Parts: sequence; structure tokens; C-alpha cells
Amino acid sequence: MVQAVNSALDNMLSMDEDVLVFGEDVGYFGGVFRTTDGLQEKHGAHRVFDTPLSEGGIAAIAFGMGLNGLKPVCEIQFADYIFPAYDQIVNEIAKLRHRSGGEFWTPITIRTPAGGGIRGGHHHSQSPESQFTHTPGLKVVYSSTPYNAKGLLISAIESEDPVIVFEPKRCYRGPFYGDPHKVPTWSGHAEAEVPDVHYTVPIGEARLVTEGNDCTVIAWGTMVHVCEEGIRQSGASCDLIDLQSLIPWDREAVVRSVKKTGRCVIVHEAPKTSGYGAEMAASVQERCFWSLEAPVTRVTGWDTPFPHTTEWDYMPSPQRIAEAIRGTLEG
Amino acid sequence: MNNDGCETPIRVPSAPFRPGESASFEEWSYSPSDLMKPDPLSCEPKDTIPHSTGLIRVLGDDDSRSGDWDPDISDSDLLIGLEHMVRLRIFDDRMMKMQRTGKLSFYMRSLGEEAVAIAQTMALEDQDWIFPTYRQPGAQFVRGRDMVSMICHCIGNVEDNVKGRQMPVHYTYREGRYISVSSPVGTQFSQAVGVAMASAYKGLDEVTITWIGDGASAEGDYHYALNFASVFRPPVILNVVNNQWAISTHANLASGSSTFADRGLAYDVPCLRVDGNDFLALYSVTDWARKRASAGLGATHIEVLTYRAGAHSSSDDPTRYRPSDEPDVWPGGDPIHRLRDHLISVGAWTEEKHKDLEDRIDSEVMAAYKEAVKFGDLAQGPYPSSDTIFTEVYSDVPWHLQEQWDEMNRLGGD
Repeated sequence: MVQAVNSALDNMLSMDEDVLVFGEDVGYFGGVFRTTDGLQEKHGAHRVFDTPLSEGGIAAIAFGMGLNGLKPVCEIQFADYIFPAYDQIVNEIAKLRHRSGGEFWTPITIRTPAGGGIRGGHHHSQSPESQFTHTPGLKVVYSSTPYNAKGLLISAIESEDPVIVFEPKRCYRGPFYGDPHKVPTWSGHAEAEVPDVHYTVPIGEARLVTEGNDCTVIAWGTMVHVCEEGIRQSGASCDLIDLQSLIPWDREAVVRSVKKTGRCVIVHEAPKTSGYGAEMAASVQERCFWSLEAPVTRVTGWDTPFPHTTEWDYMPSPQRIAEAIRGTLEG
Repeated sequence: MNNDGCETPIRVPSAPFRPGESASFEEWSYSPSDLMKPDPLSCEPKDTIPHSTGLIRVLGDDDSRSGDWDPDISDSDLLIGLEHMVRLRIFDDRMMKMQRTGKLSFYMRSLGEEAVAIAQTMALEDQDWIFPTYRQPGAQFVRGRDMVSMICHCIGNVEDNVKGRQMPVHYTYREGRYISVSSPVGTQFSQAVGVAMASAYKGLDEVTITWIGDGASAEGDYHYALNFASVFRPPVILNVVNNQWAISTHANLASGSSTFADRGLAYDVPCLRVDGNDFLALYSVTDWARKRASAGLGATHIEVLTYRAGAHSSSDDPTRYRPSDEPDVWPGGDPIHRLRDHLISVGAWTEEKHKDLEDRIDSEVMAAYKEAVKFGDLAQGPYPSSDTIFTEVYSDVPWHLQEQWDEMNRLGGD
């Protein structure tokens, strides 16, 4: 997945001289997760460069560059550290087109590794997507595999709107099925076949990971893989929907599936209260109420700070997901 | 002026004068002969230490122009500047009257600060980017914006180019490279550095100028801007307009530094402190900064020392927190009067011509106002279509917005 992100940036830097890549440690060093490895050497220090440790400043200069015709792709090293840039993102980047009557806009891309499972404690583990899905003017995507990590990132860079791209850092080196003692690589995974050439995964389209008739399971990021294992443990036959895009999201795919299965479990790492799962649950009951056989259920992180050594009791586990699925079937 | 005698455990600075007290500032101890003008192309930041603590002036107390900083600008161009300043003041007066009679929701005047954006924009090239706060609308006159269009924006009527989405005075004027004003103070300062970095990347001779208030210079964005400007050296001119007041917060609460200008020295950026009511000095420092920026020498940090002679906004009553005579005793005087008196003193202008100018502009503003309200006023409308709530949120209309838009229209939106 690291190579897929790198390949997306490499393609775009090669194809479009307006694309610039910058952030903390992304230049010479190639990024703490290696996603920008070799790009400075290949494309030059004026196109791929390090910045001061200043998320607010990074977002602000991206705003200015985007306004002045460039396509900046900036990295916030961990999503937990995006908050100094929050005002710039929420009040400025998201609003420019609207507030200026369409005279100015800034089509920037903000990449940020998110989510837990790396023993990162409070501040290297959070998944703050709902802090951005609640902001009109932003598009928000959350990749889960090498294939969609590249395709969504290219779509984001080519978008005329600002896009926040969350990348599940636990999955950079391989999928995570919920067992911290097993560290599979992407090798052999169907979604790890990543073309070297430019391609896109459209923003706004979900991906059907597995098909089944008992229950619809909706997830994004690392949880997509944990859900695969949860579904296996439940013994049920489920549609597993990898949402991929949160704003705009693929309601049609979700509604089609829930109308078929009559059951819905939503899984995310972020805390439950006001999490993006609440939006899913509300929409499912609005659209699928007469098809539902059981209450819509959420499996999420707890409404607590993200822990360090006890993170496996915080993140939704395959067992919790399996129980939730079985619960909808028993209901 | 200081709180060293204060007995509270934390030193909490106060304003030098409060209502009921008599404001009195020391007379200017600064003169146009104080400071030499360094060669812009060889000046090192440390060479500007005197310029960051003194005050660059050109117009002296005797109305004459003199000194090393006296810029190469003709009397005829100064008359254009004078006209723009008079235009802005009369425009502001008319808009305040509109606000007071319920024809605008809100207004902010530039009273006492008219020279700032007008002189500085005149010192730039047409391709340069203007990234203003709400106190630099005058730059639009320099860039040729039609006054009717400005009034339509302030009303928020059907001809408002930002479609009734922003409060009055939050102008956008792309044709004049005047970037959209935003309410969160300070955000433009760091963004301007990015605009300038893009110009540098593209190899264009484009400079970006931006301003921030003394109050907003306490925001992180001010420091982000200086730091990024220091590191990446883009062609940007970073102005702190120290007009003494941020609503009721005095400048001495925004910073503990001796001046606002010299904070930039720590970032290794040249720093100038200029008399913000001196049109010629403002023109001169901006021209100097532009020469450096254009030559690839990066940013200049400028403190524009002025005084907010009016209220912060139409919602503010400064008599609650400062003496009512304080604007009158500000030693920098009035920027329009100072330039007018200079031009009269050299025979380029007369009292009669000035009166005629005011009358002409008053008519111009009245005519523009009458034209603008034809497109709707605040009380009667028509307002922009409610469809504008949903347009330009994104480059296209995503389904969830379309659905809500349809819902609004079903419920009787226009």
C-alpha cells in the first residue's frame, strides 16, 4: 500500500507539473511511512519537499498554492496532528469557492495516515473522519487497500474540490484481520495488484468486498479487513461494503444491499457518539425502514481516548463484529 | 503606559487611556531624515534593525516631502491616490448611513487608515496579488472596481458577486487579483505565503501583498506566515497594520515586543516600521519590498503604524473603552489631510479643487448607491436566489446536496 501511494504521487508528478508534494519528513527522507520515498530525487526538491513542523502552515500554504493554480498534495504526518490545521481546512479550504461566489477555489489534496493498531497510543491512532465529514465543501475518502489507495489518491488530486484522504496506517504493509499476532503482507492479496500506470477509483463509489444475503456490513479503512474476519467468525453470509468515499458516499450501494439483506451492521474505529456510523444508521433507517428485519447496529471504538497497551480492547474486534452480526440475525 | 506598578499576580496590560481620561500621545519624535534607505537588493535583515524600531516617514510635520525614503512618484499620481482616499472615505460614510437606516446589515469603515491599501497597492504591479483583511477595501479602487458592484456586495442583493453568502465588506474581486476576504482574522497571512510560493514555482514576476491587524498578529497564522516566508523566501509582503485597537483589545495585549515590526527580525526577514498615515512613506516601503521580492530576495515584514479612528464595525461603540478624543490627538494625523496639505503646499492642489473633488465624489457615490439599490436592498430585496445556498459548495453538486436542494424547493424556496 505504501508503494501504491508512492506510485500515485509519482504518476501525478510526472503527468502534471502543477502537482507538488510536501509535508513533514516527506522530502529527502521519503516520509516516516516511506510513502514519498525516492520522489524528491526523481522529481526535484522544488516539487517534493520538507516543511517546517507546522500543520497550520502546511494547510495554509496549500490553500494559497491551490488558489494560485497549483495542485498541492500535502501530508499531515498523523491524522491526530491535523488539528492545528483545522481552521484552515474547515473555515478556509472548504469554504473558498462558496464564499467567493466561485471566483476562487483551491483544489488541494491532504493525505493523512489514520487509525490504530500500531501501538500508537492516544495521538498516533485516532480516526477523525467525522470531524471532516461534517464540513460542507470538503470531500473525504478513506482507503483500505493498495488498489484503492492509489486510485482514490489520483481521483483526489484530479478533483476540482479539496479532498482529505485518510490512509489506514495499520494496513500500509499488509491487511489487518484483527489478530495483532498475525502480520500478513499484501503479497497475494487480490487488491494488491496495482498497475504502475495512472488509473482512478472514483470518489463517491463504494466497493462490494464480499457478497451475501444475511446481513450488510459497512466499514472503511482498516475495519474492512477486520470485518472480513468478523463475518467469517459469525458464520453468516454477508455483503461487506467498503465505503471508500465518505463524502460523497455511495448511498445507493448501501440501500440496495440493506434492502436485500434486511440487516445492517456499521463498523468504524472512531468513537461511537457522533461518529460517521450514526450518519449511515440514520440514512439506512430513512431509506430501508420497511425492509429491516433487525435494528441497525454499530460496532465502534469506545467514547474514550484511544489507549496504548490495551488498544485491542478498544478497536472493534472480529469477535465483537461477529457477535453484532449474529445479534441482527437472532433479532 | 505600562503596568509595572500593577499589583495583580499576573501582569495584565491595559490600554494607556480609558474613557474619562484624557488621551495624550507624545509628539512624533520621528522625522523623515531619521532613517537611510538601504539598497533593496543588497540589504540584509539585520541592516533593518533601526527601521524596525524607528519610523519611516516622508511627509514631515511641515507638509513637505523629504528624506532618503522619498519615493519616485509624481504629483499627478499622488493626486490619483488622494482621489482614491477621498472616494473611500465618502463611500464609507454613505455605507454607514445605509447601515444606520437599515439598508445594510453591517459595515466596517477604513476611517483613518485610507492610505494603507491605496498607497501600497499603487506601489505594486497589476499582476500582483492582493490578499486583504476587511480594512483594505481601498485596494479595489486602485484596481478599478466598479463602485456599484461593491455596494451590491455590501447589500447582498441579486448583483452581489458573492451571492449574499458573506457579510458586507467581505469583498471578492478576481479581476483585480483581490482575493476573497475571510472573517477568521489572520488566516490570509499564511495563505498569502502559499500564493507567493506558487508564483515563484511558476517563475512569474508576481508579488503577493497581505495585511494582518495588530490584534490578529497574536494568531498562529501570523507566525506560520513569517516562518514559512523565512524558510522558503517567496515573493510576499507581510504587513501588520497596527491601528492600536482590535475591537476593545489594545495593541499592548497583542504582543509584548517593543514594536510589531521587530518581531520579524527573529525570522531573518527585513523589517520596516512605517508611518501608516503618510501616503508617500507607505508607497516607498512597498516599492522597496516589491523590488526585493521581485529579485528573489523573499519577504519583507512591515509594521504600518496607524490609528483606527472609527469604531471596529457598525456593531461597536469605542466610547465604551477609549477616550472619545483619542483619535483626534493621534500624532499621525489624518492621512487624507496630510497628503492634501502637502499637495497644496507644492502648488499641485488647492482647497477649492479639494472641495470640488469631494462634491464630485459625493455625487458619484450617490449615483452608484442609487444604481445599486435598483438590484435590491436589504429591507425589500430582491435577494439572490436561495439556490445559491447549494451552488459552488463543490465544483459540481453531489447527490446529498441535490437532495436537500430539492427538499428546500419543495418547501417553497424560490
